[in-house]
This record gives sequence, C-alpha cells and structure tokens, in this order.
Amino acid sequence: MYRYDQFDEAFVRERVAQFRGQVARRIDGSLTEDEFKPLRLKNGVYLQLHAYMLRIAIPYGTLSSVQLRQLALIGERYDRGYGHFTTRQNLQFNWPKLRDIPDILDLLADVGMHCIQTSGNCIRNTTADHFAGAAADEVEDPRPTAELIRQWSTMHPEFDYLPRKFKIAVTGAPRDRAAIRAHDIGIQVVRHPVSGEVGYRLFVGGGLGRTPMIGKLVRDFLPKAHLLAYLQSLMRVYNLEGRRDNKYKARVKILVHEIGIEEFRGRVEAEFAALDPAAIAADPEEVARIEAYFAPPAFVTLPETSQRLVADRARDPAFDRWVETNTFPHREPGYAAVTVSLKPVGGVPGDATSDQMRAVADLADAHSFGEIRVSHHQNLILPHVRQDALHGLWTGLVAAGLAEANAGLITDIIACPGLDYCALATARSIPIAQAISRRFASAERQREIGELGIKISGCINACGHHHVGHIGILGLEKSGQESYQVTLGGDATENAAIGQLLGPGIAATEVPDAIERLVAVYLAHRREGETFAEAVRRLGIEPFKAGFLATPAESANAAA
Amino acid sequence: MATTKQKILLPAILLANDLLDGDVVFWTERGWSIDPAEALVARDETAAVRLQEVAAAALARGAVVDAYLVDVALREDGLPVPNHFRERFKIAGPSIRQDLGKQAAFAHLRGRA
Repeated sequence: MYRYDQFDEAFVRERVAQFRGQVARRIDGSLTEDEFKPLRLKNGVYLQLHAYMLRIAIPYGTLSSVQLRQLALIGERYDRGYGHFTTRQNLQFNWPKLRDIPDILDLLADVGMHCIQTSGNCIRNTTADHFAGAAADEVEDPRPTAELIRQWSTMHPEFDYLPRKFKIAVTGAPRDRAAIRAHDIGIQVVRHPVSGEVGYRLFVGGGLGRTPMIGKLVRDFLPKAHLLAYLQSLMRVYNLEGRRDNKYKARVKILVHEIGIEEFRGRVEAEFAALDPAAIAADPEEVARIEAYFAPPAFVTLPETSQRLVADRARDPAFDRWVETNTFPHREPGYAAVTVSLKPVGGVPGDATSDQMRAVADLADAHSFGEIRVSHHQNLILPHVRQDALHGLWTGLVAAGLAEANAGLITDIIACPGLDYCALATARSIPIAQAISRRFASAERQREIGELGIKISGCINACGHHHVGHIGILGLEKSGQESYQVTLGGDATENAAIGQLLGPGIAATEVPDAIERLVAVYLAHRREGETFAEAVRRLGIEPFKAGFLATPAESANAAA
Repeated sequence: MATTKQKILLPAILLANDLLDGDVVFWTERGWSIDPAEALVARDETAAVRLQEVAAAALARGAVVDAYLVDVALREDGLPVPNHFRERFKIAGPSIRQDLGKQAAFAHLRGRA
C-alpha cells in the first residue's frame, strides 16, 4: 500500500493547520459563511439536513487495517458510532460538529488520510477496480496509475478551478468493475495487441447526473509514460472550452457531446503534439517508488483448489452459499478475494458501525495482509484471503453481522443517502432499498434470480448511479409527494448503457411490487444461464414495460 | 428557500442550522431553540416579514447557517408541522434511524414525518 513520504505528510499537516485557523475564524465571526463555505468544501465538510457531513477520501478505495481502525475511532469519538461508505469509494460521517473537524483531520493525518479532493470543482478522488492487484483477469494493478494521478492532480495549479468537478476511474482488467465509462475520464490498462506493450485506453465524457452519457473512446492506446502529458492536454481543452456560464452544462461530457468526439479528440491531440511528454511525465524513480508500494504481498505457493475449502463447503450449506456469491477468483492459486457485504436484509446500504469496522480490520490482519478495499457498490473487500482460511473468516463475519451472502444479487442494492440525510435530495432512497431487500430476503429466491443490480438515487444528481443500474430507481417530488421513476437496461460495465424509463413515477409503497413484476418477466423469458442484464439486452425494453405498467390485477391474472 | 421576492406562505416558522453543530434550530420569542415546539409562528405577513428580517440579521451575525422560512400547518396541540416532507424530515431526523436526530430527543416528533 502507498505510504506518505515526507512531502505528503508535511502537505497534509499544513492543510489541517490551515483549516483549523479557518474554522476558528468562522466561529469568531471573522469569516462569513459565504467566505467559509468554499474553504470547508475544499476540506470535505458539507452541511446536510440535520448536521454537518465530513467526506473522507479513500484513494482508489484502498485502506489498511490501521486506517480502518482509525475511522472506527473517529466514528465513535466524534460521530454516532457509524459511517457510510459511498459509491465513490469514500466514507462519510453524518454528524460531526464543526469545532471538532480539525481534530478529526489530525487523526486522519496520523494514518495518512485526509478529505482533500472530496468536493469542489477540482479533479476528485480517483477511483479504481476494488479487486485491483487480486483479480485473475487483470493486465496490471491499476492503483499505481491511480496514485500517480492523485499526486499529479492534488492542488494542480492549472486545474484547481475547473468549470465543474472532474472524476477519473481506472481499471486494470478488461471486465470493467470500476464503471469507467460513467466517469469524466475512464482509463483502462491494456496490452498492445501487436507489440505486447502495456499502456492505456482512454474514454472521455462519461457521467451520470441530469444528463447521463456513456464515455466515448478518445485514445485506443497510449504509452504509459505519456499519461500525464495526455491528461494535461485533455484537461487543458476542457478547462479552456468547458462552459462556466451554466453549471448544468459545465461537465466535460457536455463539451464532448456538443463538439463531437472527433473534434474533441483532434483538439486534445493538437495540444498533446505541442507538449513534451518527457518533461511532464513523473520522474521514473518516483514512478518506481509508487509501484513498489503496490508490490504483491508475500503470497505462499498453494494448490489451485483448497481441499479444506471443499470439505468446509460440503459440511456447511450456509458457508457454501456465501462462498458461491461473495468470493471472487484470485490471480494467485489457492487465494480468493472476498466481498464483505454491507447490505444486510433491511439494512442501510453502505453503513458500517465502528465495531464492524474494527471487526473487518482484525479479520484483514488475520487473513488479508491487513488490506481492505471499498467498492463503489458500497461493500468492503478483503482482497487476498487464503481459501483454507475462508471458513474462519466467514465465522468472524457472521459474528460481526457482516456475512450476508448477496454480493451481486438483487438485495445488494446501491443507494445514496437520499432525503434521510442529504440537503440536495428530492426523495428518500434508503427506505426504498430496505423495502426491496425485505421483499426479496429469501436466500433461495435471490439465488434463483441471480445477478441483478438495483441502484437508487434520491435526486437527479445520481450519486446512487441509477442510470447504470440493471434496474434504476430515481426519487423525485411529484405534487408534494415522493415519487419514483424506474429505468431498465442500464449497465456500468464494459457493456455500459443508460437505462430507459419504464413509465410514469410511482409511489414508494408500489416500488417492491413493480420490481416483482420486472423479475417475473425475466424469469418467464430467460434462457438457460442468461442473467437479467443479458435477457434485457436480448428482449429489449417492451416486455418489461408491459410488466411494469400492468395493474396488480393484471399481473395476478398473468401469474395464474 | 424563501426570499423577500417570493410570496410568503402562512403560517410560517423560521428555521436554520446551528453554526457549531449543524443541528436544526428554530426562532422563538427568546432567540434560537432546538425544540420545534417553541418555534415562533408567523400567522400574518407582517410577522413573516419580521421573521425574514431576523433571518437576514442572524445570517449576517453568523450564528446560524441556511436560515429560511418554512410554511407549516398547526397541529391540534399547536405544534407547527412543515407542509413539505423535506422540512418534516429535516426537523425529525433520518426516517430510517429513529434513534438519531431530534426525533430521539423530542417525543412529539416521533413517527411524524
């Protein structure tokens, strides 16, 4: 894992001291709220409905057990004993007091963490595949690239006041688990088909929010050493030409859409041609230093399959189900990557108590080289677990209430905080997720339905990624009531697609039945081994639309 | 958010977030209170304009953040209940965690949003 050098350490400490002074001046009245607000946002401090909220950066979703324990401590000492993991792999505390925040930032700095780049019109925290460094299908670990971008973009003087916020995601594998085409820039580590050289494929202009767009290919192959020069060229085109007159048209996706990808690419390439990539590239020694931090841990040589795991699965059906859904193929024989579900039936997606954070930290120390990841699905990952140790790990997770066997299934729902916390929300998200999760609580039924991603946002800003949910749900206000629009056919992977609206908005109480009807259409029409998303691609939206719009009486008749 | 240019819906109360802890506070006859039951209710336009002046002055002083008028209905016991669900949640606390927010402290808010 990356560890701060003296420069990082000094920089973060200086920022904390600066913010401590700013908070003191706000409290004594020397700074007005208008003056203070941009300063607090630069340090991750938002004002929500009931309290302040602190958003902590977890670069590319990678945490050490020491860091997770510190987050648990902060949650207990300064918040209400829990935190919320977000779709940008960050952590939010919902109840901090303004005067405590400088102390919280000091505690974060003690473990190499901060809240920089979690708000404002800058390049935000770079996200990555949560199975980075573990996935069997990976060309290369994307995290050294993400860390390089983090260092390059932090306080970059040219890109600190962009037209709007800017989000970058990196995947090292052909299977996109980082939703790269839903980001302003999506980067895929690829191997050149002819030379075999490792480089990057770049997408630009993806994004969700009120104008959802899928990222478009801007460069099919970029040598690794040219990355920063190319990013600088791209950011420069956006910074100069992105709109600043209308915040709803200010993201790079609008610029790309308005001038077209060919024109945009031409401008970027022209800018790139005028630069000297070698002068902009990071010092090779620094690149090597960063890469060294992400060297694989000391795996031992093991057989491909653990006989102990086979035996444990055979004697314990609940464990067997969990292994089936919550483990992921590891590149090292005899290991697995594990999803720790933060989606208990009826729970709040992404919430973890301080006790649960400590339990995961202890289990990471015991079984995963002290390493934890946060996924954009709002779950935690233990990336490097010996298959032999899975039963012991599972037993520990059961004790902590973290062993829900539902990764990727219908109850593994993404939901933004919505109107239960967020000042921007137009409707609640979490109770909708809870109601669906309770409706489909049966483990057998979930397994029968198979892979199905429901994503819920409580407003058009789409923090819950509803546009790219297999089923997406958007909460809005309609005639003074909460109302929910349902979309179908979204996809956040390499088959990225924006979901299509199924019909008029429905009341919260009608949502679980509507999801039932969509599932029923899928079960009636699916082919052997076909997932929900594949069935939607084959069948198109119409049969689902008919199911969605059917009245309860009609759907009862159809089922009879 | 209400401004002087918008038509004021009545009756109305003035709420804000406390600068130091972000908690929702209400303007009362004795200054700011954390209890919505104590909120001063403006029943006519003159009283509402007076609340707007209080909001502007409070924001300028910096003791509170995000101060604005909220139109309410009065319950039988006189408790002001916002007409919009957003402000009902803002006052009560998260609907999914009855142990948090004002609903945890004030019995009169429980299960009301």
